Amino acid sequence: MDYLLTDEQKMIKELAHKIAEDKIRPAAAKYDISEEYPWDVLKVMAESDMFGLFIPEEYGGFANSVMNLCLATEEFSRACGGIAVCYAASALGTFPIVLFGNDEQKKKYLPDLAKGKKVAAFAITEPEAGSDASGIKTTAKKEGDYYILNGLKHFITNGGDAETYVVIAMTNKEKGARGASAFIVEKGTPGFTFGKKEDKFGIRASSTRELIFTDCKIPAKNLLAKEGMGFIVTMRTFDMSRPGVAAQALGIAQGALELAVKYVRERVQFGKSISSFQGIQWMIADMATEVEAARGLVYSTARMVDAGCKDVSKESAMAKMYASDVAMKVTVDALQLFGGYGYMKDYPIEKYVRDAKITQIYEGTNQVQRGIIALQIIKELAK
Amino acid sequence: MNIVVCVKQVPETTEVRINPETNTLMREGVKSIINPFDMYAIEEAVRLKERFGGKVSVVTMGPPQADGALREAISMGADEGFLVCDRAFAGSDTWATSYTLAGAIKKIGEFDLIICGKQASDGDTAQVGPGISTHLNIPQVTYVKKIEEATDKVMKVERMLEEGFEIIETPLPALLTVVKEINEPRIPSLRGLMKAKSAKVTTLTQKELQLDPQQIGLCGSPTQVVKIFTPTPRVGGQMLTGEIPDIAKQLVDLVKGEVN
Repeated sequence: MDYLLTDEQKMIKELAHKIAEDKIRPAAAKYDISEEYPWDVLKVMAESDMFGLFIPEEYGGFANSVMNLCLATEEFSRACGGIAVCYAASALGTFPIVLFGNDEQKKKYLPDLAKGKKVAAFAITEPEAGSDASGIKTTAKKEGDYYILNGLKHFITNGGDAETYVVIAMTNKEKGARGASAFIVEKGTPGFTFGKKEDKFGIRASSTRELIFTDCKIPAKNLLAKEGMGFIVTMRTFDMSRPGVAAQALGIAQGALELAVKYVRERVQFGKSISSFQGIQWMIADMATEVEAARGLVYSTARMVDAGCKDVSKESAMAKMYASDVAMKVTVDALQLFGGYGYMKDYPIEKYVRDAKITQIYEGTNQVQRGIIALQIIKELAK
Repeated sequence: MNIVVCVKQVPETTEVRINPETNTLMREGVKSIINPFDMYAIEEAVRLKERFGGKVSVVTMGPPQADGALREAISMGADEGFLVCDRAFAGSDTWATSYTLAGAIKKIGEFDLIICGKQASDGDTAQVGPGISTHLNIPQVTYVKKIEEATDKVMKVERMLEEGFEIIETPLPALLTVVKEINEPRIPSLRGLMKAKSAKVTTLTQKELQLDPQQIGLCGSPTQVVKIFTPTPRVGGQMLTGEIPDIAKQLVDLVKGEVN
């Protein structure tokens, strides 16, 4: 389907495609096994200006464009969902600064992030605060010109490898959700250490670690927006980043579909290519149509965000939920098309199933997304 | 250091089919790319520029669409592109091509170094690079796998041989042809691509170059392609089995049979 991309968008897509084919695909299995952080691939992305796609021009990027981010993330994910998320998670950690940073904060952090010299991460999740973000226990206590952070974050993508962290902590517990604030914390700050690195089912090239804050003293000027704005920062950030997760899911689905189609054309049984069997053809048709539908939803949402539409929570949730459900279904069907070979680790397709699963879970489970969508629709109809 | 890189646009696949009736290459639907060996030449030139300053000019001879190859080189860090394009140059063999490119390089201006890929993936002659240096009367070093030392006057390079390598020192200006061992070509940056899109590419025709009409194009080409054909595939060998004296006897009988 022709999405009438601009020349610049086509250029981004082609460049990301080239990076994916030349650098990501050949490295995908290696990092899936070793669980090392793919610095060499990220360096290529950085040199190709890919980290500047979601950062405004005046801070060293190209434009704050979610569509750009989606195009690049989709292409990267076609080749490896794990390496792609190292990139996309840096966008997630960068958005709060783009959206809520003051000029001084933007000048200090964004140019290095735009050049990919540093990678970012966003930290809200805690052992007892997953979908229920109001359960956050990490605290930030103001003392003079500093805040003192104490607590534990976990499941933090890019944790340990990122240099720049946006951390959500409670500045006033009594106020509940309105007592949360967002802070920029730099790696290396005394009192800020890293805990356990998770051993994951999929997206194994990306690092997922605990962040530990023990009387971690950060300058008060590292507060993003105002005290109490933590949840607003989070929600607005997720509105921007959910299309990116959706694009990741979309890319994983597209990649699995391509591999499956290639395989069924080559695989001969009963004396002919199994692609000539109607049972196979119908599966391919369904998979391709669902992937295209997901793409339409993802791109439309990304364009809404870029156009400055105010309330995109529902659309963002729809794109993330639908694309990730499609990714799960399509990758499982793609493995089915590979038959017994698909189940073997010598073939690349089982990794797509593992990589797809997380997209239904992180940045809000798909059950939470359905809640957001339903509530918004009910609210709209009640007007 | 002013460096000229010569590139050629070639069909992407190595399996271009031949039309059996006309004996010409069937190029329809085959994407054009920069000759893969030339990518190493571009990369090496850009690296030298990053070390020593100066500029990188890329030149290609070909049809108007070869403009794309020049822009791709610019996206990787080259500064300017020159398209040598004229119907008068059509049908050139390696002699006429190297004569014409040498003329174009003189027109482009002062240079310290010319870098070419070791050969083109379509013709595989490896003659145009050395031909250019001959026409320009400058030293050539082929199959360069490493530049060891470089100043603006002299360069020390490693030249790949079948076993091992030679170290050669050459005064500049000189022409190098490079092999794939020399570097890993970079993926262009988005900024590079944007710059390349709007970069100025200068077209050089026979009118600008004023070359000897007897040495260009088809009539300036001493070699001609008489026939293009797909070689018949080799038939499989025959395995002889048994004790060694048996095998020897079978072999003798077979050879005798062939001779008779």
